[in-house]
Amino acid sequence: MEETKTKAAQKSLLSRLSGDSYILRLLAITILIFIAFSIVLPGKFFTVRNLQSMAVQFPEFGILAFAIMITMITGGIDLSIVGAANLAAIAAALILTHLGGDGGMSLSLVIPLAMVAALIVGSIAGLINGFLVAKVGITPILATLGTWSLYTGLSYVITGGPAITTTQLAFIGNSSVVGLPIPVIVFALLAVAFSIMLNRTTFGFNVYMLGTNPTAARFSGINIDRVLIRTYWLSGLVASIAGIIFLSRANSAKPDYGASYVLLTVLIAILGGISYTGGVGKVSGLVLAVLSIQFLSTGLNMLMLQLSGSSKAIFFRQFAWGGLLLLVMVINYYSEKWKDKRASEAA
Amino acid sequence: MADEIIRLTGIHKSFAGVRALQDVDLTIERGKIHCLVGENGCGKSTLIKIIAGVYERDAGEMIINGTRYEKLTPIEAIREGIQVIYQDFSLFPNLTVAENIALNEELAEGRRFVNWRNVYRVAEDALAQIDVQLPLKARVEEMSVANKQLIAISKALRQNAQVIIMDEPTSALTEREVRALFSVIRKLEARGITFLFVSHKLNEVLEISEKIIVLRNGKNVSQGNRSEYDNRRLVREMTGHDITTKRYTYTPDKSSEPLLRVDGLSAKDLLYEISFDLYAGEIVGVTGLLGSGRTELALALFGTLSIDAGQISINGEPVKIKSIQDAIAHGIGYVPEDRLTEGLFLERSIGNNVVVRIIDRLRGTLGFTDPRRVNAQIDHWVNALSIKTSDPSLPAKTLSGGNQQRVVLAKWLASEPNLLIMNGPTIGVDIGSKDELHEMMKTLAGQGMGLLVISDDIPELLATCNRILLMRHGRIVEEIQPAQTNENELAAKLIEE
Repeated sequence: MEETKTKAAQKSLLSRLSGDSYILRLLAITILIFIAFSIVLPGKFFTVRNLQSMAVQFPEFGILAFAIMITMITGGIDLSIVGAANLAAIAAALILTHLGGDGGMSLSLVIPLAMVAALIVGSIAGLINGFLVAKVGITPILATLGTWSLYTGLSYVITGGPAITTTQLAFIGNSSVVGLPIPVIVFALLAVAFSIMLNRTTFGFNVYMLGTNPTAARFSGINIDRVLIRTYWLSGLVASIAGIIFLSRANSAKPDYGASYVLLTVLIAILGGISYTGGVGKVSGLVLAVLSIQFLSTGLNMLMLQLSGSSKAIFFRQFAWGGLLLLVMVINYYSEKWKDKRASEAA
Repeated sequence: MADEIIRLTGIHKSFAGVRALQDVDLTIERGKIHCLVGENGCGKSTLIKIIAGVYERDAGEMIINGTRYEKLTPIEAIREGIQVIYQDFSLFPNLTVAENIALNEELAEGRRFVNWRNVYRVAEDALAQIDVQLPLKARVEEMSVANKQLIAISKALRQNAQVIIMDEPTSALTEREVRALFSVIRKLEARGITFLFVSHKLNEVLEISEKIIVLRNGKNVSQGNRSEYDNRRLVREMTGHDITTKRYTYTPDKSSEPLLRVDGLSAKDLLYEISFDLYAGEIVGVTGLLGSGRTELALALFGTLSIDAGQISINGEPVKIKSIQDAIAHGIGYVPEDRLTEGLFLERSIGNNVVVRIIDRLRGTLGFTDPRRVNAQIDHWVNALSIKTSDPSLPAKTLSGGNQQRVVLAKWLASEPNLLIMNGPTIGVDIGSKDELHEMMKTLAGQGMGLLVISDDIPELLATCNRILLMRHGRIVEEIQPAQTNENELAAKLIEE
């Protein structure tokens, strides 16, 4: 008994390492991209200034990626995140401009109020998705496509189109704590929170089981409606945190901010090893995918600007994202094949 | 000397260092029905895949219709008239019956447009050859398993099959469908078609085959005429030891309240006026054909089938069971019929599967899951149910059928149910493991658990239950005492209308 116990513990560590060959490869690719740009762009890429500039850029979509991640692990997806984020940002901006203007409430009161309002809006948006997916039984991709349009449309109705400008949250987007921009700290805290939630809570355990086999989950007594509603609620909540970051960086809230982030975060999630069929995915993979996408974007941007001297270079970014995703998939395919071959040769 | 259609000698095959076949000989004689028997994982599937050209052997000789093959491709195997019908039948579910049977030829003839009249004519002919009529324009996915099998046979015959190899053909069939299949097979045998059956249902093996080949751990054990074998010899050769079953007798103390009382339970068109008691320590069998309501009864008790009338009581207390959560709250567990889709999380670790019911109880400081407590539980259950694995963090799909079933059982036992409903407790489980599972069930009942066993495996019912409820068309029609019946009598009652 004692012996098998230690054996089980050792084995699980060992298999955890070897089972993570995908994440190890992703780590290698991320480091490689970083080193390559540092060499090709001497004195430009690997500088404190550039690192700080990248650090304020990636949390915007990096935070949204957590929302996509949790829904994808349950075997679903949440396409409404950007819609929910903008709606939350607009709610916060409305409170800031109406209540916090000249002669209004004090900032120390109105800022927390605006944030809470944003989180509530995100929560409601998420709960609606959860209700549609769990109770009504609409396929997640369709339900959230519908609510994306709903939330974005609502944002247009509220604002009438133009952005609501407010600089009261700019301190979040612009200031740093011990050299770390606040958005990065938020991203890091979410990474830790998601990691603990997925690995060390009953909810996280159930999320993985549900994503692996919903029927078996139901027959094992997991209340799958509750797990799904909670998942989409979390997704909406995380989206509203991203919305607050949007507002603090852009100093304005508008209905169509970050429209490209939806597909970008799906791409990041897949790059990060999160299975679109559910049941598989780790925070470490997601964080590496976010970082590698950011390094690639910034690096290529600088490189193309240096080579062509034109600002058109920015359009090369999206091309590179797709390229990276496909490259990782191809490397993955061949390394799995190589592993199989080696295993059969060893035999 | 008999006319040999296939002769394999000294076949070896390994996968990633694991020996699947070792020095195996196999001779298939023209126009006879052969059975390849052995427990799960003994190498049966590997052997048929070598004959079909799917796997390449590592060593050994292979002669088909007098031709020696160094390397056999699947196309060459088909040209030699070898057709394998796998358990999934390799049919296209979204196409019609006729398309499945005849489209292959249409394609082979390289026509640019499909000649539909021809397709239907070919399909009709093919089905007529085995005296079967099926709706030609119906989609295959709407067909029963038995009909899919007949379609697969017709398709094989259209491709000039000389040898038809069938992998576990009866595992999803009802008793009557098995009879129908056997009559088709005998008819085709009379026309000179050779069969190789892969099975572990011994009664059927003994009934249908003329030649028997036994494999154990990838090696030949014996090969010979049907007349040389009986049930006992087959069990001994397959498992390597004798298995004797003892019956389970138990007389409940009826002065106490029954653990479960079902009174007048009805569900529209599915269940009518079901009433019975189940006392702690009992193993009650529920049997009947597919569609008799046996699974529906289980689902009603587990809260996934809504009932129209009737009362369920647990320990004398009337209860309402409207959801799985309700059932669990009343101490009911359910080992489902389809282990792979309803019972297990195949890609998750064995350990995850074991603790899924109790993960919420294994929390430590701050309410977070405590990995030490989780591992202790996993180790406990892997040992207690002798789940054979080198590492409980491997996915559940790496286990054999018997061990997978133990994982499902462990999942429920960990949450300490009072009543465990087992639907098909040993489907797809090999003999040795089956016997051990039966012993476990008796031990659990001995410890005071109530078991409701839903099964159409007659020897299983007789070996485990202290009484058996027979269902027909949604009703309980008879209560049978295992001590007062035998296999043949019970089998006859089962298929009676």
